[in-house]
Amino acid sequence: MSTREEQTLFDASEITVSMGPQHPSTHGVLQVKLKLDGERVIDAECVIGYLHRGVEKLGEAQTYGQFVPTLDRMDYIAAVSNCLGYCEAVEKLLGITAPPRAQYIRVIMTELNRISSHLLWLGTHALDIGAMTVFLYAFREREEILKIFENYCGARLTTHMFRIGGTQYEIYEGFQDQVRAFVKDFPRHVDEYETLLTENRIWIGRTRGVGVISAKDAIDYGLTGPSLRGSGVEWDLRKAKPYAVYSDFQFDIPTGQQGDTYDRYMVRIEEMRQAARIVAQAVEKIPDGPLMAKMSKIIKPPVGDIYHSIEAPKGELGYYIVSDGSTLAYRARVRPPSFVNLQALKKMVAGHMVADVVAIIGTLDIVLGEIDR
Amino acid sequence: MEFAIDYVLIPLIKIAVILAILPLLVAALTLAERKVIAFMQVRLGPMRVGPWGLLQPIADPIKLLLKEDIIPERADRWIFALAPVITLIPAFIVFAVIPFGPAINILGKPVSLYVTDVNIGLLYVLSISSVGVLGIILGGWASNSKYPLLGALRSAAQMVSYEVALGFSIIGVLMLAGSLSLVSIVNAQKNAGIWYVFYQPLAFILFFICGVAETNRAPFDLPEAESELVAGFHTEYSGFRFSLFFLAEYANMITVSSMAVTLFWGGWLRPFPNVPALAFLDWIPPILWFAIKVIVFLYFYLWFRASWPRYRYDQLMKVGWQWLLPLSMANVIVTAVLMLLLNKG
Repeated sequence: MSTREEQTLFDASEITVSMGPQHPSTHGVLQVKLKLDGERVIDAECVIGYLHRGVEKLGEAQTYGQFVPTLDRMDYIAAVSNCLGYCEAVEKLLGITAPPRAQYIRVIMTELNRISSHLLWLGTHALDIGAMTVFLYAFREREEILKIFENYCGARLTTHMFRIGGTQYEIYEGFQDQVRAFVKDFPRHVDEYETLLTENRIWIGRTRGVGVISAKDAIDYGLTGPSLRGSGVEWDLRKAKPYAVYSDFQFDIPTGQQGDTYDRYMVRIEEMRQAARIVAQAVEKIPDGPLMAKMSKIIKPPVGDIYHSIEAPKGELGYYIVSDGSTLAYRARVRPPSFVNLQALKKMVAGHMVADVVAIIGTLDIVLGEIDR
Repeated sequence: MEFAIDYVLIPLIKIAVILAILPLLVAALTLAERKVIAFMQVRLGPMRVGPWGLLQPIADPIKLLLKEDIIPERADRWIFALAPVITLIPAFIVFAVIPFGPAINILGKPVSLYVTDVNIGLLYVLSISSVGVLGIILGGWASNSKYPLLGALRSAAQMVSYEVALGFSIIGVLMLAGSLSLVSIVNAQKNAGIWYVFYQPLAFILFFICGVAETNRAPFDLPEAESELVAGFHTEYSGFRFSLFFLAEYANMITVSSMAVTLFWGGWLRPFPNVPALAFLDWIPPILWFAIKVIVFLYFYLWFRASWPRYRYDQLMKVGWQWLLPLSMANVIVTAVLMLLLNKG
């Protein structure tokens, strides 16, 4: 044992622990440099970039249509949302809208994807806090959703579900029955997760008052999605700036009050129920008609720029596209919700304990593929 | 000759049997844990090795034994190597005083189903099981790495705080039985005609909670919380050395369950030993009664692990000092007062 090491470990009042990039609960390749005083966190610094693949630059080198599958690899948990946001942005730039039948299919798929994303969040978040069974229950239902995706487009995770101008695939035979069966069953399963967690003393102890962020701070940091709504701000782009055909459906926006981990947990649990509600409404009234808008085979948007954002499971997913009139975008910028939400980590963990750091990373629901792009 | 058989040969055979059976029990327990938790989690558990995964507990130790023995460069080599052994030995020698059943006749010779019956059996168990934590602390310290150090600190604090409440929770039983010998405690329950859990329900609950905390099992598994501290005190351990820690943890689970059965649930006695109508239950041999009860408590361990999230360090301390300790002390006082009033002591 060297003397130098002895000093850093036992003589200094604070130690620096490098949590990640290889750590079981940093949800990917996030590195958090923690300064600890015993078990208490003095400071936390996020180091990102381990998964950088230059997605935005690829958007300038691939045609508009070619770029869509690349976007699936950003937030690979919610690939359908990525696809929807980008397709709508390019459609806006082109000045077209997808036909109603395609719009309904899009909403069903996106909301199912929201459920599957939240399920994965719930499972891993609970696992981080030590409740391992919820993880497997959540994956059981997620599997049903992935089966629907697979039947529809052949892929489960990186789905490339939609096309610019509509959707490519017609819904398969039995699609509606399968979706109906899922949304009918699903609320019962959410109750099941809740029996394991919502009123559990340990769970409440581990999440109440942990990672509190006030509504003002949340807005200042630019938080979006459940992380913002947990602080009591009723801001959901599906209602605030309706896109696709969300204005056709009845649904509520759940919000929390205290802005702690428990509130964000409750918000996401309720969001899953609401998403199932939207799907149940949409699947009953899928209109007939074409799947693709009338448009030229080669996509050449007019010169100009567009910012379009949607409510992805993790928050506001925005695309800023600059077109120079050619088949390639001049600039394809992504506003990933995880990246912006992760900023708040430093503020949220200050003064908490090591065990809370993983709870807070979990509650922010980050995906590193999206943060590093 | 008689002396040699009674005091050397028979104890040696008993020790050998315990040393042989205990690792097998631990192996069975690991399989049971994986299967039980798997069924609670709508999955199958190990299915590949042998029929229905039954050979998994044999494959696991073989794998661990064949692994490369890694000692980190900066580790304190001697202590690093010694720590798992320090944890393992107490976990095994505790079984010397645990009575698995009354004396039975083998070849016309009465043989007691315990290695020895010392008159301070309870103190022996408490003190020996406290030594185990020393290995955990040394292991975490000798690794010379940050996560193990945090894990070791946690376990040191945890063991100290829960040991106190554990000690207080069994004083009630001690007062009722009037003896520290585990065999006498079981016999006292036999004479009283009732398991002590009915006299001391609170003490039993406190004892079991503290026991779970003592063995570092969920929801008190902070020293090795994999989602926070990677693997806690044994982060740097691999292969055979890791398996020693593993073996000790599961052996401790069996110890705590056996102690709970011996102190509160009548040891090898059948249910309601005072009710003659239930005498037909005697066809099950006493040692089997003991085993059944121990298995029930081991099942609780697994059930806890599948159901509950993990406490945080400060909450763990709070539960220990603010709830368990005062309650266990109150239990001692109430028991004493009642015994005085009812003139049982």
